Amino acid sequence: MEIKTDAINSLKLNKNTPIIQAKNVDVFYGYKQALDNISLDIPENKVTSLIGPSGCGKSTFLRCINRMNDLVSICRVTGEIKIFNQDIYAQEVDVVALRANVGMVFQKPNPFPKSIYENVAYGPKIHRLSSNKSDMDELVEWSLRKAGLWEEVKDRLNEVATGLSGGQQQRLCIARAIAVKPRVILMDEPCSALDPIATAIIEELIDELRNNFSIIIVTHSMQQAARVSQRTAFFHMGNLVESGKTKNIFTSPKDERTQNYITGRIG
Amino acid sequence: MIAQLLESNEQFDVDSPNMPNEAVTLSKPFNITTRNSSNIGEYAIKFIMVACSMVAIAVTVGIVFSLFFESISFFQRVSISEFLFGTKWSPQTALRADQVAAEGSFGAVPLITGTLLISFIAMCVATPLGLFSAIYLSEYASRRARNVIKPLLEILAGIPTVVYGFFAALTVAPMLRSTGENIGLNVSSESALAAGLVMGIMIIPLISSLSDDVINAVPQSLRDASLGLGSTNSETIRKVVLPAAIPGISGSLLLGASRAIGETMIVVMAAGLAANLTANPLEAVTTITAQIVALLTGDQEFDSAKTLSAFALGLLLFIVTLILNMISLKIVNKYREQYD
Amino acid sequence: MTNMFTNTSLLRKSRAAAELRFRWFGRIAIGISLAFLFIMVGSIINKGKSVLISSDIAIIIDLGPNQVDPNNINQTGFDALIKRSLRATFPEITSRSDKKKLYGLLSADMGFELQKQIIANPNLLGISQKLWFTASDDVDLLLKGSVDLTTQEGDRRISNLEINWIAKLKKSGNTRSHFNKKFFMNGDSREPELAGILSALVGSILTLSVCFFVSFPIAILAAIYLEEFAPKNKISSFIEVNINNLAAVPSIVFGLLGLALLLNVFGLPRSTPLVGGLVLSLMTLPTIIIAARASLRSVPPSIREAALGMGASPIQATFHHVVPLALPGILTGTIVGMAQALGETAPLLMIGMVAFIADVPSSIIEPATALPVQIFLWADASERAFLEKTSAAIMVLLVFLILMNLLAILLRKKFEKRF
Ligand SMILES: Nc1ncnc2c1ncn2[C@@H]1O[C@H](COP(=O)(O)OP(=O)(O)OP(=O)(O)O)[C@@H](O)[C@H]1O
Ligand SMILES: [Mg+2]
Repeated sequence: MEIKTDAINSLKLNKNTPIIQAKNVDVFYGYKQALDNISLDIPENKVTSLIGPSGCGKSTFLRCINRMNDLVSICRVTGEIKIFNQDIYAQEVDVVALRANVGMVFQKPNPFPKSIYENVAYGPKIHRLSSNKSDMDELVEWSLRKAGLWEEVKDRLNEVATGLSGGQQQRLCIARAIAVKPRVILMDEPCSALDPIATAIIEELIDELRNNFSIIIVTHSMQQAARVSQRTAFFHMGNLVESGKTKNIFTSPKDERTQNYITGRIG
Repeated sequence: MIAQLLESNEQFDVDSPNMPNEAVTLSKPFNITTRNSSNIGEYAIKFIMVACSMVAIAVTVGIVFSLFFESISFFQRVSISEFLFGTKWSPQTALRADQVAAEGSFGAVPLITGTLLISFIAMCVATPLGLFSAIYLSEYASRRARNVIKPLLEILAGIPTVVYGFFAALTVAPMLRSTGENIGLNVSSESALAAGLVMGIMIIPLISSLSDDVINAVPQSLRDASLGLGSTNSETIRKVVLPAAIPGISGSLLLGASRAIGETMIVVMAAGLAANLTANPLEAVTTITAQIVALLTGDQEFDSAKTLSAFALGLLLFIVTLILNMISLKIVNKYREQYD
Repeated sequence: MTNMFTNTSLLRKSRAAAELRFRWFGRIAIGISLAFLFIMVGSIINKGKSVLISSDIAIIIDLGPNQVDPNNINQTGFDALIKRSLRATFPEITSRSDKKKLYGLLSADMGFELQKQIIANPNLLGISQKLWFTASDDVDLLLKGSVDLTTQEGDRRISNLEINWIAKLKKSGNTRSHFNKKFFMNGDSREPELAGILSALVGSILTLSVCFFVSFPIAILAAIYLEEFAPKNKISSFIEVNINNLAAVPSIVFGLLGLALLLNVFGLPRSTPLVGGLVLSLMTLPTIIIAARASLRSVPPSIREAALGMGASPIQATFHHVVPLALPGILTGTIVGMAQALGETAPLLMIGMVAFIADVPSSIIEPATALPVQIFLWADASERAFLEKTSAAIMVLLVFLILMNLLAILLRKKFEKRF
């Protein structure tokens, strides 16, 4: 086990190896196929955006990466998804440990109805990341600073988190996710419930965060994809139509469907 | 516009990050096979939870077995057919151990008819009152009225049955008796009517709240369609809402009936123990539950036919109410699915 | 043409009348139900309120040294002493039967009362003075005006002679009435004027405690499992059907289960709060489970996702986040279940908690009775004075039920969904 972990860490140093490799992934909800033979590489320390019309399977793919789909009893995943070259659907993988390494931010801000401090400290507490109070305080501050929220909440850490504004709540959810120090952060339309100003703040934050984390973001806004991501993958009706550098996808899409989507003709 | 955004984004699109990774992020190995929290504790908790859920089954099994075994030893002394079809109920305790055939007779028919008579009276009271309350509450009452009436009806449901029994025996029964005397009727002081009336009142809240839910579940679109054709409110209710709600309502009535059949304290206190085979509500009758209480309170010798007969009655009661409950739950669930 | 118009208006009139009729049916139905509620509760309060007051009678008692030996108080014949004093108060009474009636003015407990007074205040000894004693139940009713004096003498439990005596005592200021502490401080008694509800109340509290400590943990763990973890298969749906059916099984059947299984198979002690509580807990289990599941279901899934998404295990997500949010609802359901259990009588009769209990039970394995059973027992008693006791005991029971329901409502209000 030790050796394996070392091997994984050393892999990280090889800059050309993608952090996530999905190969021939099919997803079924009961008899309904939601994803058809998806193969996609996600590079490390970059923002990858998943775009496509509603119902095309973006969220489904995202939720495969930290196995949130396990919670849907009728959902069946085949194919292979590797993170740091480790098959996350392998027998010996513990989903709980996986999710500690692959964090998630949801569409609607969903802070726990507890204090701001407890929200951020919850992850480190259950994963035993800090041994004492001062460590924990430090970690909470670090996370809140990273999420750009520290200055706004440092005087009211003990207030209930649900009292924050929508944008602040979403940044708190990001802080909560990074407090566990995952390698990958999945974001499913993190700004769709927010106003433009809050959205701009979060976009800036995402750009900042990619220094430390690999980020995959689902978005319906072409502008957002163009602003924050370096890689883009376009999904259509359960298929991955094309993927590549964001610039290339937007300026010279190879597929007609991509062309139609980004110019607003479908979706 | 997107092109402009891409321009500004260009600078970030380099293969290596423009800032060094902070040590704090890198310090954690990518380990997805073992977790930090304890697994064993979680298995233990899960095991305990499963065990707790099994208690419900254990209780059912316990009920079935205890009733069943005692009943079997009862039916070794008294045949099932005599129990189910015999018309004379007079369980006696043997005065001397050597007394022969002193155990009395165990024909449950008078108890069954008595139970049915009282339950029938109760349902005659509870069905119209409960249903009309439910219709009024869900279709006519203002929000304010609803907020006052519903809790009051809940109080009616929350009053212990021993209180109803007390009221039936000491207020309603004498009142019926003196009214009967005035109009020349002979009303027994432990008449089926008194117990049935009070039991009916007790069941009203059950029927009204279940029916209220059922009626509320009828889609508004159905009502709108009928009202849009120029029907009045009452016509809409009678011709559209009620027919749509009938399955659910019949489910609630069955549940009410099962409650009436199994009700104990009211009949123990107000109906008495006279095992008369009669359909006259003014006479005294006894019920299955009242007999069970009579047989098992006070001194009892175990293993006498008298004591064991209580379990046979209990088994009969359990089976009948179980069937009623199952049918009613089935109907109500089907009905819910239909409109969900 | 006119014909057509009149027709429609006639029709409309009858339709409007039908509409009105329908509305009134509803009002009448609710009216009858609520009228019954008010009449029932009203009549009980009306009958029971007089229990709050009890009456005393004063007589002059000579506690001189030749009557009571100060060194040996307990050897004194207190009953005889009081009887002597009573005779002295009414010297004109000579016949045996009248004397007996005279002694009956005071509670059967009079000797004991005198002894207690002396022990509490030894200064009473040595002189002759006026002392107060509890009046007997019939006299108490008479003094409270609950006896209908217009009826034939033979139809009353109190004769004209006794009424005259009491009138005399009253005129000379030798009767008084005061708050009836005894009703709340005494256990059951054969003498109505001494009977109280304390033993039944304590019995109920002990029984309910057992019921709570058994059913609450089992019910919420079962609810959590069924709602959060159970796979959707045959077994879980069987358990679900099972629970729904158990909730509708007649309570007396649970009593039979207790009798056959807990008493006869497991040999637990009969008539005790332990067995009563166990039986009631099996009964309330389905109620609490159903309420708890509804409450857990109302916690939004986003909370679970948030916790699971950051690597909390399902157990952690449930116990750290979902259960605390569902707890007010679970507690409300539990209180409602406990209130049901508090009023339950029939199963307790089956397991023998119906005995005459005068002493306040001090543990869950001592024979005890419960409040509703006490009501049942008193309702059956022949003395007229037990009627008001029964009503008063019902009032106490209802007060407890109201308190519990208020608590449930408060909980619901306080923790109204905030997510
Ligand atoms: N729990 C589920 N059960 C059954 N089908 C599901 C479930 N979740 C998603 N699906 C189906 O899978 C397909 C893909 O859904 P998904 O949520 O991944 O789409 P999406 O691209 O995220 O859409 P949107 O942009 O609207 O969020 C859809 O057809 C959807 O109906
Ligand atoms: Mg989606």
